[in-house]
Amino acid sequence: MNLRRLFLIGTPYLWLLVFFLIPFVIVLKIALSDYAISIPPYTPTLDLSAGWEGVKSFFAALDFENFSFLASDALYWKAYLSSLQIAAISTIITLIVGYPIAYGMAQASDEWRPTLMMLVILPFWTSFLIRIYSWIGILSNEGFLNQLLMWLGIIDTPLTILNTNVAVYVGIVYAYLPFMILPIYAALEKLDGSLIEAAEDLGCSRASAFWLITLPLSKPGVIAGCFLVFIPALGEFVIPSILGGSSTLMIGKVLFEEFFSNRDWPVASAVAVVLLLILIVPIILFQRNEQKQREANQ
Amino acid sequence: MKVTGMTMAAAVLVASVAGAEEVHVYNWSDYIDEELLTKFEAETGIKLIYDVFDSNEILETKMLAGSSGYDVVVPTGSFLQRQIQAGAFQKLDKAQLPNLANMWDVIQERTAKYDPDNEYSINYMWGTTGIGINVGKVKEVLGEDAPVNSLALLFDPANMEKLSQCGVHMLDAPTELIPAALKYIGEDPDAQDIETIAKAEPVLTAIAPFVLKFHSSEYINALANGDICVAFGWSGDILQARDRAAEANNGVEIEYHIPKEGALMWFDQMAIPVDAPNPAAAHKFLNFIMDARNAAAASNYVYYANGNKASQEFLNEDVIGDTAIYPDAETTANLYTTSPYDPKVNREVTRLWTKVKSGT
Repeated sequence: MNLRRLFLIGTPYLWLLVFFLIPFVIVLKIALSDYAISIPPYTPTLDLSAGWEGVKSFFAALDFENFSFLASDALYWKAYLSSLQIAAISTIITLIVGYPIAYGMAQASDEWRPTLMMLVILPFWTSFLIRIYSWIGILSNEGFLNQLLMWLGIIDTPLTILNTNVAVYVGIVYAYLPFMILPIYAALEKLDGSLIEAAEDLGCSRASAFWLITLPLSKPGVIAGCFLVFIPALGEFVIPSILGGSSTLMIGKVLFEEFFSNRDWPVASAVAVVLLLILIVPIILFQRNEQKQREANQ
Repeated sequence: MKVTGMTMAAAVLVASVAGAEEVHVYNWSDYIDEELLTKFEAETGIKLIYDVFDSNEILETKMLAGSSGYDVVVPTGSFLQRQIQAGAFQKLDKAQLPNLANMWDVIQERTAKYDPDNEYSINYMWGTTGIGINVGKVKEVLGEDAPVNSLALLFDPANMEKLSQCGVHMLDAPTELIPAALKYIGEDPDAQDIETIAKAEPVLTAIAPFVLKFHSSEYINALANGDICVAFGWSGDILQARDRAAEANNGVEIEYHIPKEGALMWFDQMAIPVDAPNPAAAHKFLNFIMDARNAAAASNYVYYANGNKASQEFLNEDVIGDTAIYPDAETTANLYTTSPYDPKVNREVTRLWTKVKSGT
């Protein structure tokens, strides 16, 4: 019996150890190393054959130089700030677009719901990369959108959307929309319809019933959806590099540059460690929210 | 598009000779006649797995990480030099490469700058970095006397501001753009000291706002489709764009110009990683590529010059006879080469490049 308990409790911790803690320690270790022209391109590497002396000299060679380097150059904090901004704005837009869709799905009759659910999940059947690439065809100067707008006579010269931050927002909102819709839908679906009826019986208009009942009760879903969009959007690399322009500054791109153009794995690792520290704040808030909700349910 | 087609072709190849001996080749995108891949498999019975990249940085990262799984890779000279220094490659076994006799001494002398005695590599292609233009659109914007064969087209903000209406792409490679900017202001393009390199920054910053995109492979299609009117890119890529536009018959006319101020001459070298799983097959592939007819077929397809003297009699007239590909003596005298930056300077160069591109 005890063994079973230990196993149940131990499994998630083992999971965290193998898939989070160990990789993190490796990244941290590289962040404390120095650049070198060698394979792998940093020093020191742990030489176990030298025994205890090897371990000691290994630890002696680690330092925090790369972190002070990050602090000394404005590029890095500007990139972090700009990523935070892009992630926050796209989260808000995704919420504004996603909420009505989730609401509509929850209002639909029972026989329609599985189909609607299916339609939300359907894009995942195509590769993420291809879906983002297809936006090049839509947004480019000679693309569908510009052709349509010109054909309709709304504009005379094509709008430059591709390779700008606008295209990055479009890409992020598009790619992460299902992650917003699904938790909100899950919250709205559970909503007890009789509460709305009671509110309306007591003289509430439909709009105020929505503000007073539906919206507060769907709050956990909204919060979950926002985190599911915000956290991956912050470190996003693929969307800004495919749709964004050269002036799009995001930490994912900076990380790529450090790793590939400078071949400076130690600094790249330091950037990644700081990114993780920035993400820990929303992740803890998210955990708190989940916990509170669980307690409320009990 | 081309890459997708290539992947599919590779998939078919994989299916047809499953179970055989394998060789993994990692080459630049749009850089080979795919028929050569099939021919190699037919001749040797070795299954060829062909993979592509579009920047030296990606390749170098894989090389320095080790265990890339590739048997043959194709870095550019200056990158090759640093990777040799890091111990990424094995010395070639010249006994297994009888076709080395076909190589062109003129090019070998130049590549020895990066790989002394050519111990680690053979030349695959060489070319120049220059200006690709959409003739009609550039004339429309800048008039008949547009300086299409001068770096002023790219580095004079007045020209670039006008050209930004029809779209300009530039390579996303500081090692190409900084030497060109230095050449434009009359400095040594191969400068290794930070003070001189820094002089390129204001030149590049002044024109960066007018550049639609810094990218190292998209310009082939963008130029051919008429989406952009100027590209600062690699000779053969621009000539491929010229041919694609001609085939599509879409009214787009592309020309390649070597800037009269001088252009970067670069060498893409085939080398065998030190931990290649199948070095014997890698040598067979190198020897296959050095075959005069095969090297000619590759050049006829990609419009780059090769370092294979014996292949020249098999080259099409529009390749060997085109001074944009095999420049005449006068132009060649004007071409320059560059050396790799040391790590500290390299970091400054990348930082400068980020500043130019993002303004931060």
